[in-house]
Amino acid sequence: MLNYVWFGLIFISVVVGTIDGKIDAVTEAAINSAEAAVTLAIGLIGIMALWLGMMKIAEESGLIELISQIVRPITIWLFPEVPPDHPAMGSIVLNMAANILGLGNAATPLGLKAMQELQELNPTKDTASNAMCTFLAINTSSVQLILPATVVGLMGVSASQIFLPTIFATSMSTIAAIVSVKILSKLKQFTIAPEIRSETKLEPQPEEIGND
Amino acid sequence: MIESVINIFNEGAKYVIPLLLATIPFYGLLVKKVKVYEVFVEGAKDGFNIAIRIIPYLVAILVGIGMFRASGALDIVTDFLSPILNAIGFPPENLLLAVMRPLSGSGSFGLLSDLVNQYGQDSLFAKIGATMYGSTETTFYVLAVYFGSVGIKKVRHALISGLIADLVGILSAVYICRFLFG
Repeated sequence: MLNYVWFGLIFISVVVGTIDGKIDAVTEAAINSAEAAVTLAIGLIGIMALWLGMMKIAEESGLIELISQIVRPITIWLFPEVPPDHPAMGSIVLNMAANILGLGNAATPLGLKAMQELQELNPTKDTASNAMCTFLAINTSSVQLILPATVVGLMGVSASQIFLPTIFATSMSTIAAIVSVKILSKLKQFTIAPEIRSETKLEPQPEEIGND
Repeated sequence: MIESVINIFNEGAKYVIPLLLATIPFYGLLVKKVKVYEVFVEGAKDGFNIAIRIIPYLVAILVGIGMFRASGALDIVTDFLSPILNAIGFPPENLLLAVMRPLSGSGSFGLLSDLVNQYGQDSLFAKIGATMYGSTETTFYVLAVYFGSVGIKKVRHALISGLIADLVGILSAVYICRFLFG
């Protein structure tokens, strides 16, 4: 997908630039942009180092555990299929807490662990359970209180103004995720067919995953 | 009334970063006895690694979008779509980022960088873009990784819900930023 988008951008630019007679500007833009990308990335190092250092302190001092205590009652309500003492609930809670703090690197392994534990509870091994759909919808809606280091670096002084709008927009998207996942799970085309439900013993097959 | 809400917001926003910079080490050192200086330095090292790692992605996206803009193709697209976008109050400048966001994290970060480069950190477009970027996720990537890791083939309603959430997040980002900074 991304391959076509990127190729499309460049190909269309060359075609349109030729028709418009702006081909010199297109060449210049290609060269200048490549240079600007490096300048930009180097310029991010300082602020990102500051932010990532702070977030490392947050991680080491157990802020994830603190947040997870607050999140836990909500997750018990969100995942009625998962027993509250099941390890899956613990991983879900920790993953969300890490996401809330913007600790993407800590969140992903916890999220994958949660998926494994949810898979143990899943009667249909090749089909996503309700709990999995809810978990992923919330994850893709991004629950975030603290901005990622890259955004703080890029926005510089303006970053502080972005915190509250981001919390607002991310709350809206998370609410939309929860409401839509609960409604859609009841629709006929998304219910799990009873005959599949009975006994399908499929071994989980880890797939080859491309990086984004 | 609305004016004073915005003023209070802007006054308060100044303290967000200083507050985080003070409370995180405070909690770490005085409550949890973490060696804050050493831990800070260890975390800060990643700043360098990440910045270097994103360079190839940034080059790819900034060159693509830079050429697209210089050729006049971007103007054609935005001229074509702006009547529809203006009707719902959506800035055409932020459209590409909104489309890219669910597809690719590095790609959308490149587009956000382009907005900052073109219009400046303090511009409405950059603020809308940063809010969009922070309030949504790379839906397709997250689904592929999470479901792929346990061998789930049928994702049921997870993708649709994720995309609905993205759409709501993106529109919320536009409207809240236009309200606060517009």
